[in-house]
Amino acid sequence: MTPDHPTKINIRDLNFYYGKFHALKNINLEVAEHKVTAFIGPSGCGKSTLLRTLNRMYQLYPNQRAEGEIALDGANVLDPRQDLNMLRAKVGMVFQKPTPFPMSIFDNIAFGVKLYENLGRREMEERVEWALRKAALWNEVKDILPQSGNSLSGGQQQRLCIARGIAVKPEVVLLDEPCSALDPISTAHIEELINELKSEYTIVIVTHNMQQAARVSDYTAYMYLGELIEFGDTDTIFTTPAKKATEDYITGKFG
Amino acid sequence: MVENTQTAVRIIDPATIISFMPKLSSNAPMNRGHLLDLAFRNVTRFFAFLVFALLAGIILSLVIGSMPAVRAFGLGFLFSAEWNPVTEKFGALVPIVGTLATSTIALLIAIPVSFGIALFLTELAPAWLRRPLGTAIELLAGIPSIIYGMWGLFVFAPIFSQTIQPMLKNTLGETPLLAPLFEGAPMGIGMLSAGVILAIMVIPFIAAVMRDVFEIVPPMLKESAYGLGATTWEVVWNVVLPYTKSGVIGSIMLGLGRALGETMAVTFVIGNAHKLSASLFMPGNSIASALANEFTEADGELYTSSLIELGLILFFIAFVVLALSKLLLLQLGKREGKST
Amino acid sequence: MIDLYTRRRLINRFNLTASYFAVAFGLFWLFWILFTLLKYGLGGISLAMFTQMTPPPGSAGGLLNAIAGSLMMAAVGTLIGTPVGILAGVYLAEFGNRGWLAPTTRFINDILLSAPSIVIGLFIYEVVVASSRHFSGWAGALALSLIVIPVVVRTTENMLRLVPDTMREAAAALGAPQTKVIMQITLRASRAGVITGILLAVARISGETAPLLFTALNNQFWSLNMNQPMANLPVVIFQFAMSPYEDWHKLAWAGALLITASVLGLNVLARTLFHQKSSQY
Repeated sequence: MTPDHPTKINIRDLNFYYGKFHALKNINLEVAEHKVTAFIGPSGCGKSTLLRTLNRMYQLYPNQRAEGEIALDGANVLDPRQDLNMLRAKVGMVFQKPTPFPMSIFDNIAFGVKLYENLGRREMEERVEWALRKAALWNEVKDILPQSGNSLSGGQQQRLCIARGIAVKPEVVLLDEPCSALDPISTAHIEELINELKSEYTIVIVTHNMQQAARVSDYTAYMYLGELIEFGDTDTIFTTPAKKATEDYITGKFG
Repeated sequence: MVENTQTAVRIIDPATIISFMPKLSSNAPMNRGHLLDLAFRNVTRFFAFLVFALLAGIILSLVIGSMPAVRAFGLGFLFSAEWNPVTEKFGALVPIVGTLATSTIALLIAIPVSFGIALFLTELAPAWLRRPLGTAIELLAGIPSIIYGMWGLFVFAPIFSQTIQPMLKNTLGETPLLAPLFEGAPMGIGMLSAGVILAIMVIPFIAAVMRDVFEIVPPMLKESAYGLGATTWEVVWNVVLPYTKSGVIGSIMLGLGRALGETMAVTFVIGNAHKLSASLFMPGNSIASALANEFTEADGELYTSSLIELGLILFFIAFVVLALSKLLLLQLGKREGKST
Repeated sequence: MIDLYTRRRLINRFNLTASYFAVAFGLFWLFWILFTLLKYGLGGISLAMFTQMTPPPGSAGGLLNAIAGSLMMAAVGTLIGTPVGILAGVYLAEFGNRGWLAPTTRFINDILLSAPSIVIGLFIYEVVVASSRHFSGWAGALALSLIVIPVVVRTTENMLRLVPDTMREAAAALGAPQTKVIMQITLRASRAGVITGILLAVARISGETAPLLFTALNNQFWSLNMNQPMANLPVVIFQFAMSPYEDWHKLAWAGALLITASVLGLNVLARTLFHQKSSQY
């Protein structure tokens, strides 16, 4: 990384196991601050697995473990002494399927904020509005805040989830195939959103849609069968990839 | 599912936890939430353990309560048909036979009928009928058993004694082998009546579980059979049944467990006689009915203790049957998990 | 000699017809029983049933003390059994993926679910009645709670499991501690299903006679004292129905109709509530 694009997350010698299965092999990668980094690759290559190590989401399941180092602003995220909840305050996640909580739109956003801050009514309303504006959803929901999160369309629900993640003011936002359940128009909205958000947040996105990666990201990592095959800035990867394997995938020789 | 990554701690006391924690990095403050999580987890674990303890408690209290009878009669209790509160001689044979006989009769009737209902619900019923009919069956299963008992005594028994019983007597009762089963006056009450009422009670139960089990069969499996030109019956008999074999047996045993323990449906019509007889027309007794009828009146330690021992025997039989059914149903569940 | 094809078709026709008969057979009994219940029960229903106490043989009366007793014991039994059941269900669904306690408890719970309820009565008798030397409403309520617990455990666990993992992960990704995830998100999402489970448990205990036979016993008079034997509908019905007295029979049918109506009503309520909410997923 260059001096004006410092490294936000430094992944070193990361190995990941599902039980005995060696899912990620010696990953070395640097995620730049205030940029969008995309992980691409065919199904089963480990891109989602890699994403989920960044906020220790795998920790929810007993058989999964990670070895190596993931340095977020210098501090190793994998260190057992690292406070999980504080980590997740810094690193937010949006999932494949929109998951609005069973509560009103307002409460959905407020839920995360309440975990960390004690805001008065007025301040909470401001924060909710701020988050919804950032997610480009405010105008559509400002009159229906008390309604259930489930009453929104798929695209709106996903933007709600993004707003929810942003409301706690993280530094990094992880997106796990955020548009895979959405129609093209909603997808376009979200890609626009990502472009705006990156000036304030570091974004890592997993996508099985190569064109999306090309549209949206600044850096791309191509993975295959648990290994990082190639990593570099998006333009280079897509026009003049260094490895043949990368080129084969990009040009659709296999998928 | 969230695993606390701070040291795996088995000790509940917060002070001890803190003293065992390695030093935290300065920019990660100690989160009170972790202690709450630990406490919550242990509270729920306690209540789960309580369920476990309940079973142990039941068995224990029954065993303790039956000790006097066990000491007095030993193993012979199981085989003696005597039941005399005056001389204080008790034996479990009549109630045990009654329980097993009524349950057997019930199952003999209920199994084919339930199977037919489940078949209808899954393969034959038009779409608009499935839901309401299925619901009707499930509601039937919820009717309190005392209703069956009352209906059995006041409505069914008289009609039974005037129509079905004489008919059985004149047909099967004339065959040399089965004659002893149908001896005696057709009074309407007795083992057969109790068995029939039990069957009616248990049918919705077994039918509902069988239906659930049949619905698990992957449609593609059935379609493959139909695609070869098999008839509906052939698909059910050759594909659905073998696939759901353990589930079907499990549902039958579930019904059996229910029938064995049923009190009110049986007590009204079984006749409450402590006499062993080969005829199904004769009154008899079941463990649950004996308990229902005699427990509050029982005086004397041996009398009460014998009744409790009866309860223990019933619980034991039911436990074995239910445990087996659960294992079988689990097996089917695993099978289904593998093929999806 | 019939050819194979015709033979197969005949067998098919025969068996399918048999299954139609099976359904008719099953429904026949259902309708006959409900019809009988309505016929005899409606005749006995009157305002007196709700205002007067259970009478001695030969006089008119009502079922007020029995109704009150049943309501009280059902309420207390549910109040005791529900929290135990929900918390145990939470353990099984949320923490139960390793160790021996969860699978064993699940297994045992299913056995307790179908265990003969008269044995439950016997257990409470041994533990509560024998040691306190008298029958009581508390004993009856406790026996009922032991029937409520397995039902609530089973339904709570099943409903919690229906909540997709991504919802839990989304809450965890925000940094919520597990207790909050469970209490505020997961339980809340399965709220309708859990309530359905409680309603089904209440329906179940409304009709149970055996567990009350030697715990709460019965009480001819009006009493709200849980420390004394307590009147309740099922035992009253049992006593009245087995007696030779006509007016007692009438009251028994009326009581039976009342119980059945409540049980069916609760079941229908539980079903509609659940189907409404389950469209969420």
